[in-house]
Amino acid sequence: MSHSHTDQEAHNAEAMAEIKKVTIILSVFTIIELILGFWMISMTSVSLKLAIKGTIVILMMAKAFYIVAYFMHLKHEVKNLIMTIVVPLLLFVWFISAFLWDGSSFRNLRNNYDPHFKEQATIKVEQKEEEHGAAKHEGSEAKHEGAESKHETAKPEPAPYY
Amino acid sequence: MSTTTTASPNEAKLWGGGKSPFNSEYGKVMMWYFLMSDAFTFGAFLISYGTVRFSTNGWPNSNEVFRSFPFAPDGVHAPLVFVSIMTFILIISSVTMVLAVHAGKNMDKQGVVRNMILTIIGGIAFLSCQAWEWNHLHSEGAWWGMNPFLNADGTASSTNFTNFFFTITGFHGFHVFSGVVINIIMLIMTLLNKFEQRGHYLMIEKAGLYWHFVDLVWVFVFTIFYLL
Repeated sequence: MSHSHTDQEAHNAEAMAEIKKVTIILSVFTIIELILGFWMISMTSVSLKLAIKGTIVILMMAKAFYIVAYFMHLKHEVKNLIMTIVVPLLLFVWFISAFLWDGSSFRNLRNNYDPHFKEQATIKVEQKEEEHGAAKHEGSEAKHEGAESKHETAKPEPAPYY
Repeated sequence: MSTTTTASPNEAKLWGGGKSPFNSEYGKVMMWYFLMSDAFTFGAFLISYGTVRFSTNGWPNSNEVFRSFPFAPDGVHAPLVFVSIMTFILIISSVTMVLAVHAGKNMDKQGVVRNMILTIIGGIAFLSCQAWEWNHLHSEGAWWGMNPFLNADGTASSTNFTNFFFTITGFHGFHVFSGVVINIIMLIMTLLNKFEQRGHYLMIEKAGLYWHFVDLVWVFVFTIFYLL
């Protein structure tokens, strides 16, 4: 009886150590993600930004693994049960690559064959610039061609927040 | 139940009948399959967001949109700060849920009650944060079909951004709300000694699976909407 009791205690200590470890890992990964996010705000290099976004996605997947494997105890389940859950989720690999590919292909097609779509991406809206009180001269330049599109995309005036 | 869980998995015997081949309770296995189907629903939402974003030339800068903080002076610029607090609230409430499940395995009623209360508080705190954020964005003129934010490059933006934001965070928030309701029911059942009478706290484990899934989805929503 006393033997099984100490066994239970050892198992408890092990489980608590695992919870503590996973909590620390999740927190550290989140903090790294946030540091990368803050770093990215003032960044102009597109390729470096893309590399950081890739890192953030990897950290996100690692966090998901730790939550599912340890907090949801999937790692301690029977292998057959794990497989019935994980294998169908592999469909996401195909979903993500196919749909994102399709999205970027649609953008390329529209930029090539839809002049209006392409033009919209070059017309700057002045509203924001006037708010900041900067780039006034640039705004007057774009006023002529921008006037028409401004009516179409009339935005509600942001109400002050208290 | 405890006698079957200690048996070492012997393949031939496992599928030979007379015992649970997955070595798990029926409700728990079904909860896993429900969560899998729910993962596909959220996955469909997030992938459609990605597809639309990839097919559009410009997109609003999340650091410009989500920059405010409660009780902060007007015009404050604090990107990522509020959402990181929301993220940590959900991580901590996930940890207290694990502790509640762990206490349930040891038949420790006090531990279950304490940790379930903490989890419920965490869930309500997260919902309050989200309610504030939605209210704030709405006061700025953002809603389904309304997008006051410009693209990052200063061009006019479509309403896709706000439509996806409110739909996906709303769907997730509804999951959090359901999770809080489920957790409150579990807490009441614990206090009524329902699980003591049954001799096991498996219901807490199933509620825990759901709650961790909600946290898991937020990991993806948070990263995709606020960081990428």
